[in-house]
Amino acid sequence: MSLILTEEQEMLQDAANGFLTENAPVAALRKIRDSKNPDGFCRKLWKEMADMGWAGIIVDEKFGGSEFGYVGAGVLAEQMGRNLTASPFFSTSVLGATAIQHYGTDKQKDAHLGAICDGSTLFALAVDEGPRHRPEHIEFAATPHGNGYKLSGAKTFVADGHVADKLIIAARTSGEANDPSGITLFLVDADAAAIERTHTPMIDSRNAANIKVDGLEVTGDDILGEVDGGYEALEGILSAGRAVLGAEMSGSSQQAFAITTDYLKEREQFGQKIGSFQGLQHRAAHLATEIEMTKSAVLKSLQLLDDDFDSASATCSMAKAKSGMTAQLSTQEAIQMHGGIGVTDEYDVGLYFKRVHVAQQMFGDAGFHADRLAKRSGY
Amino acid sequence: MSDLEQFRAETRAWLAEYCPEEMRDGDITAENQCWGGRQWEFQSDAQKRWFEAALEKGYTVPTWPKEYGGAGLTADEAKILTEERDRINARKPLSNFGISMLGPALLAYGTHEQKLQHLRGIARGEIRWCQGYSEPGAGSDLASLKTKCEDKGDHWLINGQKIWTSNADISDWIFCLVRTDFDAPKHKGITFILIDMASEGISVKPIVLISGHSPFCETFFDDVKVPKAYGEGNLSVVGEVNRGWDVAKNLLVHERGMLGTLSPLRGAKGPENLGSFAAEEIGLDDAGRLDDPALRQKIAQAEIDDWAYTLTVERMNDEANAGNGLGAKSSMLKYAASELTKKGSELRMDIGGTEAATIGPDGIEYDSLANTWLYNRAYSILGGTTEVQLNIISKRVLELPSA
Repeated sequence: MSLILTEEQEMLQDAANGFLTENAPVAALRKIRDSKNPDGFCRKLWKEMADMGWAGIIVDEKFGGSEFGYVGAGVLAEQMGRNLTASPFFSTSVLGATAIQHYGTDKQKDAHLGAICDGSTLFALAVDEGPRHRPEHIEFAATPHGNGYKLSGAKTFVADGHVADKLIIAARTSGEANDPSGITLFLVDADAAAIERTHTPMIDSRNAANIKVDGLEVTGDDILGEVDGGYEALEGILSAGRAVLGAEMSGSSQQAFAITTDYLKEREQFGQKIGSFQGLQHRAAHLATEIEMTKSAVLKSLQLLDDDFDSASATCSMAKAKSGMTAQLSTQEAIQMHGGIGVTDEYDVGLYFKRVHVAQQMFGDAGFHADRLAKRSGY
Repeated sequence: MSDLEQFRAETRAWLAEYCPEEMRDGDITAENQCWGGRQWEFQSDAQKRWFEAALEKGYTVPTWPKEYGGAGLTADEAKILTEERDRINARKPLSNFGISMLGPALLAYGTHEQKLQHLRGIARGEIRWCQGYSEPGAGSDLASLKTKCEDKGDHWLINGQKIWTSNADISDWIFCLVRTDFDAPKHKGITFILIDMASEGISVKPIVLISGHSPFCETFFDDVKVPKAYGEGNLSVVGEVNRGWDVAKNLLVHERGMLGTLSPLRGAKGPENLGSFAAEEIGLDDAGRLDDPALRQKIAQAEIDDWAYTLTVERMNDEANAGNGLGAKSSMLKYAASELTKKGSELRMDIGGTEAATIGPDGIEYDSLANTWLYNRAYSILGGTTEVQLNIISKRVLELPSA
């Protein structure tokens, strides 16, 4: 397979670019932030995205999706990263849809995929239990109760958890806290009385929730995937999430860099354009090279998810690591090269800097994935 | 079956029949490649058979036109040939600077007669070429070169010195940049000329590097007479007199493309398989992690960078085949490849510790970790330094303003 977009994927890219720069640019994010919008996104806009087939971008056509695969999801995420578009796309259409489509029963697919595609049901994934991403470290307890289980425990940084209709919770059905086996995924209604959600606004103007569950009773029908074998499903969902976050960060890197190079061509000091200074030129050229490397890494991971989903884990890790490092560099340089205005709230580069930081932390930063790669390679 | 599928099937069958088993070990070092030239002696019967089989098909230079010794393959067909060759890990039947640098420039700027003589000589492995660009006073500022070329009516008279001429001591011809006009602005007085190394007045002196033995030489021109033409229409000058800079730039793009993708560079102990090497040398802790956490992180980061680089070569090739030429982006590949190659051998030296810094009774052993590590410092200098590549990216890709 060629490492370039197909004609169809390029058309999707053009359409997304046109729609988002028109309807969901950085200014829209500012408005959501400044008006303290409790949802953290625009519901009307989300409906329009769903009508265009974006909410069901990875979902098979037979369930009402547009079946564009993960490359399609990445194409959209990249444009969202360019525009800092806030929407439930990632938590619902990437994480939720992957969970149901790859690990759900036929009954669960029938019940949920259509509602993902039309934008009516929002999902959120509850995995981490502390400030750093540690997906094996699950203490959240699922204890046998009658014919089912009783869930109790706490989860942190559940992205879009404050608005979700459905929660996918990783809970421990057996084993010790750091044991990958013994984890089971449960799919539950987010508004159940036993669930307490605390809205946690984030530095990037996105929203998440801390979740406390106290004795929520669930049945076998609420299990997603295998009992005790949930880590494999979690790996699959996280891999898809990592690759798509990589695409989003690649988009943010490119846009922050484009804003910066424009500024280098226009800003004058010492009687000349600052872009003529070699000290800045070489840093810009290095960053441009890193951005090209990142595009390749991200596209490869998305293609592999479409091609051979179960083998994509390591590749998605590497793409997340590479895109995270590049996005961090791109947004740091964006602020530094803008000088004083780079640290003002009025200027957009700071918003990219903040978003990229949260996206880096989400599902493991570059160091986390380097560790995973080393472990996997036997060193 | 589509034409390309048909081509793949035929290529696979041809390789199975004609590529000897002994030639299926990849192009690991410069030493096991077939370089050709007047002084060339095949290292094995298999190497000779493989070269001759490829020659007959035009596969020593697959994309060149048939009349000049190639097979006239399209970009898609050439990609298939490379893929199929890589699939069985076959060596290249022939490698040299004629194929990767002079050839493409001659295809773009040469006359039919020049192409007939020189391209066919390259394709057949008869002539080994070296490159006369840098001078002691003209490194990164190549256009300031001063080797003097005077018009003496029926011949040119050349005096001066070139440096960093790789393999000048075993090459047959040299493509050379010389100054034909000392009064014009520096880029406007340069001419691109082809010279037989056997000409009277040329002498060569090898250069010893920090790594020991090296392919680099100094080449001296002392009243060297070069004919205006080697035959009807077959001039010694390529392109127009005083317009050699255009040819030189075209060739430099090919050189960067080659340095960015050529396997010997990336095979020169870059970051691939660093982890397993480290595990072997240093050992693992109780949790199965390399027993040196700081080094472990650095190795893993380098492996990720290396992986992304390899994919970028693939992506840029795919884009070029789809009609979006690489252009100045070849500087990105050259920059990334050189830095990664240095990084890989630095990490190997760190892993090897003091043992890797030990030398043999005759000095630094060829192909040892230290030898590679020291030699690799040259990669971000030769073919345009890292800083020159960054200048090119700034100006030609990002279009940042000039001072």
